[in-house]
Amino acid sequence: MIATKIVRQAPHSRALGQINYMDNTNGSSSPSEQLKIVIVGHVDHGKSTFVGRLFNDTGSLPEGKLEQLQKVSERRGVPFEWANLMDALQSERDQNITIDTAQIWFQTKKRQYVIIDAPGHKEFLKNMVTGAANAEAALLLIDAHEGVQENSRRHGYLLNLLGIRQIAVLVNKMDLENYSEARFKQIEREYRQWLSSINVEPKLFIPIAAKHGDNIATRSANMPWWSGPTVLETLDEFKVSERPEGQPLRFPIQDVYRFDDRRILAGRVEAGAIKVGDRLIFAPTNKTSTVKTVERWNAPPQMSAQAGESIGITLTEQIFVERGAIAALEVAPPYELSKFKARIFWLGRQPFRKGKRYKLKLGTQEVECEIEHLEKVIDASTLATVTREAGEEYVGRHEVGEVTLRTRKPVAFDAISEIIPTGRFVIVDGFDVSGGGIIVADNYPRRTSDALHKSDNIFWSQGKVTASQRALRNGHSGCIVWLTGLSGSGKSSIATELERELFNLGKHAYVLDGDNIRHGLNSDLAFSPEDRKENIRRIGEVAKLFADAGVIAVTSFISPYRADRELVRKMVQEGEFIEVFVNAPLEVCEQRDPKGLYAKARANEIKEFTGISAPYEAPEQPEIVLPTDKLTVGESVTRIVEYLHVQDEETEISI
Amino acid sequence: MDYLSKLENQSIYIMREAFNKFENLAMLWSIGKDSTVLLWLARKAFFGHVPFPLVHVDTTYKIPSMIEYRDRLVRDWNLHLIVGKNEAVLKSGITYPNGKATRVECCGTLKKDGLKAVLEKHHFTGVIVGVRRDEEPTRAKERYFSPRDKNMEWNVEDQPPELWDQFKTDFEKGTHIRIHPLLHWTELNIWEYIERENIPVIPLYFANGKGERYRSLGCAPCTFPIKSSAKNVREIIEELRHTKTTERSGRAQDKESEDAFEKLRRDGYM
Repeated sequence: MIATKIVRQAPHSRALGQINYMDNTNGSSSPSEQLKIVIVGHVDHGKSTFVGRLFNDTGSLPEGKLEQLQKVSERRGVPFEWANLMDALQSERDQNITIDTAQIWFQTKKRQYVIIDAPGHKEFLKNMVTGAANAEAALLLIDAHEGVQENSRRHGYLLNLLGIRQIAVLVNKMDLENYSEARFKQIEREYRQWLSSINVEPKLFIPIAAKHGDNIATRSANMPWWSGPTVLETLDEFKVSERPEGQPLRFPIQDVYRFDDRRILAGRVEAGAIKVGDRLIFAPTNKTSTVKTVERWNAPPQMSAQAGESIGITLTEQIFVERGAIAALEVAPPYELSKFKARIFWLGRQPFRKGKRYKLKLGTQEVECEIEHLEKVIDASTLATVTREAGEEYVGRHEVGEVTLRTRKPVAFDAISEIIPTGRFVIVDGFDVSGGGIIVADNYPRRTSDALHKSDNIFWSQGKVTASQRALRNGHSGCIVWLTGLSGSGKSSIATELERELFNLGKHAYVLDGDNIRHGLNSDLAFSPEDRKENIRRIGEVAKLFADAGVIAVTSFISPYRADRELVRKMVQEGEFIEVFVNAPLEVCEQRDPKGLYAKARANEIKEFTGISAPYEAPEQPEIVLPTDKLTVGESVTRIVEYLHVQDEETEISI
Repeated sequence: MDYLSKLENQSIYIMREAFNKFENLAMLWSIGKDSTVLLWLARKAFFGHVPFPLVHVDTTYKIPSMIEYRDRLVRDWNLHLIVGKNEAVLKSGITYPNGKATRVECCGTLKKDGLKAVLEKHHFTGVIVGVRRDEEPTRAKERYFSPRDKNMEWNVEDQPPELWDQFKTDFEKGTHIRIHPLLHWTELNIWEYIERENIPVIPLYFANGKGERYRSLGCAPCTFPIKSSAKNVREIIEELRHTKTTERSGRAQDKESEDAFEKLRRDGYM
């Protein structure tokens, strides 16, 4: 089905040679290279003037245009303004128009440039973000007379957040400061300090006077003290952005096509490389398969694809994969969690509020999310923390928030410092993309240990899910919280309250309660030592299944015999059985007697009642002891939750 | 990666996003060089297939060889073509060639309203269009995914932010999104790519014996050739590397008034 044949020698085209896929060897026919730049800075610091001058000084103006515009100004008796040049050129008319992300091309000897987001309009930040997110380098203008202003700082901050690493700072309007080297140095010092506080290393600072063309295309005679490069020389030094080599593979699936007999997984290689024979793991389903072919149309067959290529692959074993999955090599998968730390900048009309649900788009994944924790809100022009009234938790328009996000399903991602394309995302509010965010590095658990297991056993190809995979999905591991103690010691109250508290914390918990079990599963059992033993054994087995399923199983039974409890402990992995001794003295329990059982036992109406007519063997080394004659139910629950939390942190599951 | 490949990969990515996100998707095909490159990129994106219909808004005033070329590619490439015409206006005869409408009015009814009727009839929610930012100033302001309201109008002052290849794919019922996969290409890039891929283009673009060629194609009464001796793709590339005149200089409707084209585009023209 590769359709190259159709293309050759189409009858209508004249003088078409053979297909020439990568013709960049011959200088004259090499496709023109473009560098995308963005120009930012505080209002009135000279962006439009600079662009007009740059356009003129690179010889990019149509012939006679400048003279024509100068004549128009003369006729009207107003001074010619470079700042008006672009507007005039773009619209061929004199009135000011609002320009949105307009683009302007100009050429140096080395290459073509395109300025994304020509300056000079309302809603600047939204468009500046759009422009900068698509740029490879930035020029930031600061007025030598006014000095560093609010947006000088904010734009610097945002450029960094958006991932622009090539930045030159132009100190403009040097003519207003008598071309003073001292003033230039002063601004450089001040702004450099700001940039370093946000970890930005600018390429350099250049003193210019855009209005007069100083240091733009040619070195200024007014600033003999300046020995550095001109703006154009600096631009030509910038590099066209290439995706880094040697990173782990990230191939997010865009779609699955079945247009013909092939089942093609289509997508763009966002990082690393992919080749025929690669064993892939697809997050978040964690299925694996092997690359059979790399698919392209009207291109020579190749066995591999590099970062940046929009391709397709077919697999040797057909597995269920859909849009949103990220293919990676088994040895280096992405993180896969439903909670992570991020820095967000907000552009939406409505603020980004805690308690409200939003759509998060990362690569081709889409998932519902909300703020779990709002660490702080930052004014990006001062780095000051924005204070809010009590109970008001939100990130407002043009503000930056440091947050922990919780997603409804696990998301496959990387930290921005590791792999850029899978380390950033946008937030959609209603119909609108309203904010962008980068994922901040933290000690996120890796699932490499699981991947390593693969080499010596058969987990994956059987489609089995391991306990630690479940733990990663749930954010906690499964276990048994075994409450033991006398009747009336408070087991049931603690168990139900614990279940509610764990549920509120987003954990999966379930209570196995004595009465429920006795009515169903164990309805055939009485209270003899043998039956008590069998009762506990069955409960133990059920609790174990729950724990295996990733649930925190809370059991609430008197379970008086040490040996029975030890039997359950041995059913599960070390650390998964948490024995909680609910320890209230017999007198206290008998005094409480919520169900009137002690009274009946004393009256000999109930036989073999623990503590009265049957023994209770207290645990020797319980994980937790709760003296419930001194603790409230809430305090008891807190102790258990704390214990679980610490345990999860030790195994790096809680984040 | 070389520059043309970067452009190509980006356009393919955008086109696949559109195909995944819009159930009722169509692509406008004006028969010109840009939308033919777009068609080529669709075949790249979908491995030799074009999984959505192509819409051609036919004013009936097109240069005749354009229609022949269109029908031949439809056959050869197995395309699903929908032709839209504003029959009512054509019947009434209120058109520019008949002397009963200005050029801009004529574009408004035959092309813009013609397009609107096709979109409504087939309930398209996503329309892929081959416009480029370097063509003319209003197109320079476009986004890759550009919303149009219920009346097809474009709110140029308040456009969605577009970053990191995350596009506006959520929209209100009754509105639609224009998708512009070629937005970042220049006229020169288009020809460089036509050369690299050996894409068949209509011969009207090449200089005839009289030293003229079409640089941009439209309706016969409003489109004029430019002076040029470029007889093939290579010579066009050389010509474009040195020219300082604009691409649409041969398109008369742009010049009828200062803001003629801007108005047309705000109202939904492509």
